[in-house]
Amino acid sequence: MLWYVGKRLLQSIVTLFIIITIVFSLLRLMPEEGYLGAAAEKMSAAQKEVYLTNLGLRDPLLVQLGNFYADLLQGDLGKSVTYRTDVPVVTILADKIMYSLFFGLGAVGISLLIGVPLGILMAQMKGRWLDRLGTGYIVFVVAVPAAVYYLVIQMYITDIFHLPMLFDEYKPITWLLPLTSMALAPTASYAMWMRRYMVDELNKDYIKLARAKGVKERTLMFSHVLRNAFIPMAQYLPATILFTITGSIYIESLYSIPGMGGLLVDAIQRQDNTIVQGLVLVFSSLGIIGLILGDIAMALVDPRIKLGKGESVR
Amino acid sequence: MSMYTEEIDNMSDKSRAQLFDFVEATDGQAEDIAYSNYSYWRSTWKSFLKNRVAVFLLVMVCIIVAFTMFQPYLPAQKSPTEIYLDDQTGLQARNIAPNAEFWFGTNSIGQDLWSRIWAGTRTSLMIGCVVALVEAFVGITIGTLWGFSRKLEMPITQLYNVVDNIPTTIVLILMSYILRPSISTIIIAMCITGWVEMARFIRNQIVILRDREYNLASKCLGTSDYRIIIKNLLPYLISVIMLRMSLAIPFAIGAEVFLTYIGLGLPISEPSLGNLINEGRVLMMSPDLRYQLIFPSIVLSIMTIAFYIIGNAFADAADPKNHV
Repeated sequence: MLWYVGKRLLQSIVTLFIIITIVFSLLRLMPEEGYLGAAAEKMSAAQKEVYLTNLGLRDPLLVQLGNFYADLLQGDLGKSVTYRTDVPVVTILADKIMYSLFFGLGAVGISLLIGVPLGILMAQMKGRWLDRLGTGYIVFVVAVPAAVYYLVIQMYITDIFHLPMLFDEYKPITWLLPLTSMALAPTASYAMWMRRYMVDELNKDYIKLARAKGVKERTLMFSHVLRNAFIPMAQYLPATILFTITGSIYIESLYSIPGMGGLLVDAIQRQDNTIVQGLVLVFSSLGIIGLILGDIAMALVDPRIKLGKGESVR
Repeated sequence: MSMYTEEIDNMSDKSRAQLFDFVEATDGQAEDIAYSNYSYWRSTWKSFLKNRVAVFLLVMVCIIVAFTMFQPYLPAQKSPTEIYLDDQTGLQARNIAPNAEFWFGTNSIGQDLWSRIWAGTRTSLMIGCVVALVEAFVGITIGTLWGFSRKLEMPITQLYNVVDNIPTTIVLILMSYILRPSISTIIIAMCITGWVEMARFIRNQIVILRDREYNLASKCLGTSDYRIIIKNLLPYLISVIMLRMSLAIPFAIGAEVFLTYIGLGLPISEPSLGNLINEGRVLMMSPDLRYQLIFPSIVLSIMTIAFYIIGNAFADAADPKNHV
């Protein structure tokens, strides 16, 4: 197990390395105005050239890459250009990351707590009203674009319950709506997959045998069906974590939460290359961590999976 | 004795002549008995028709698509990009509520919302369809090679591991940040990541199917690989391919809305559903202007739900196990 985790980590570091290199080379193609900031219009062509040379952007690509990695290993992601001029990106991110973590993990937690039991209940009451209600909810969330229902929730729920529309750190009541909206989609996907795997499992022969033996329905559900249905569920954890990145971009800028998602929107609108680059790195690392966690969770839940040898594509 | 034999012979001659008529038969007719008149697509269509909701939505989508095509040629239509002026004051006709002249009202700079919505639906649908087709083509090609060829398995798996590890959202954002926002940028950005899912699915199915007995038998009879893939393997996957394609269209529209939301979408001069929703979002704080958000949202929701349900119904219908 430990050996497997170690190997998997090493593999991810290689992937991360490749991704960072790709991201880096792509970012060299970014519009150069993004490095000049507000002063760009006043500068002459020669001044711009000197400025860019000083930033090291006229060096050969490999030298730039080397410098980039050297800086990265020291935890230096460059300085913000337009967002907060000359403040190190790392400092800006450090302020923001706690908000994003709180809302991201909070949403995943809520959706696990609600989605999984909902899926189990739906499988048990297959074809009855709860199942239909749940299916309706899932179709709604999958089909209606997130942008629309996030807005509708913000617009009407705040109206009906007289809640403040924007996030306020010191009023916990304002945390509620962003958290719930972010949890809506992952809840639906957990419920959908849980239901499907439970139903698949219920139709198998060993369940019929257990029934024939006279195993109690409760024991059957919880120690046979649930245990087996949980195994494929484990791999949806990373997908949810990835999802909260997108969710956070919408939600954070809607409720003006000072997190990383909102920052990305701001940075893009102000053409701040270094912040975009830093955020892309953080988000892709998060994605990779999510995938590793999913694989480990899967190995933990299912004793039959020996991921060490003969690995397959998920 | 001999008389009896003669009698019997005569009888059997007679009966042969009376009981059986020899029919002229061609080889082609003999073949007819060997095949039932089962047609895959006809059965698929038949079981699709049984799902009333899906048929209704399909008709509706067809009408909407046809309407977006013909709308500019109908009488009394306004241009989606022209800024209209107020007759009396000569100022821009800003934020006019829906009335007889502007059916869905005007937006904050005085453009006609009705024609913008249909122009936007046209753009968004076009993006969605192109992305779905490219995804299907690239995904199926790579997926088949990946699953079928043992030599290509390793390199493609490595490629997959890298591409799959990059969050889709990040690729979308990066591509649109680097290239100029335009229709082709959005299409390219979505295609770069979209094929991965499809390819993986096709590959997994082909690995399962390729060594089944019927394929082994085909191979022993000397069928070429190409024919095995086209005739034996891909027909198995039609239902899945169809489902993925129909989901790709709403996803592409959603991604376009997302990109516009974070400021990387199409320019305002190019009306799209994303643009319209984004314009409406800015104004939603004042209740009188909410119609600018609500109209495009309704069109968008109808389109996505319809594609989702049609896709699922068609995937069910395309599965031969559900045929009679």
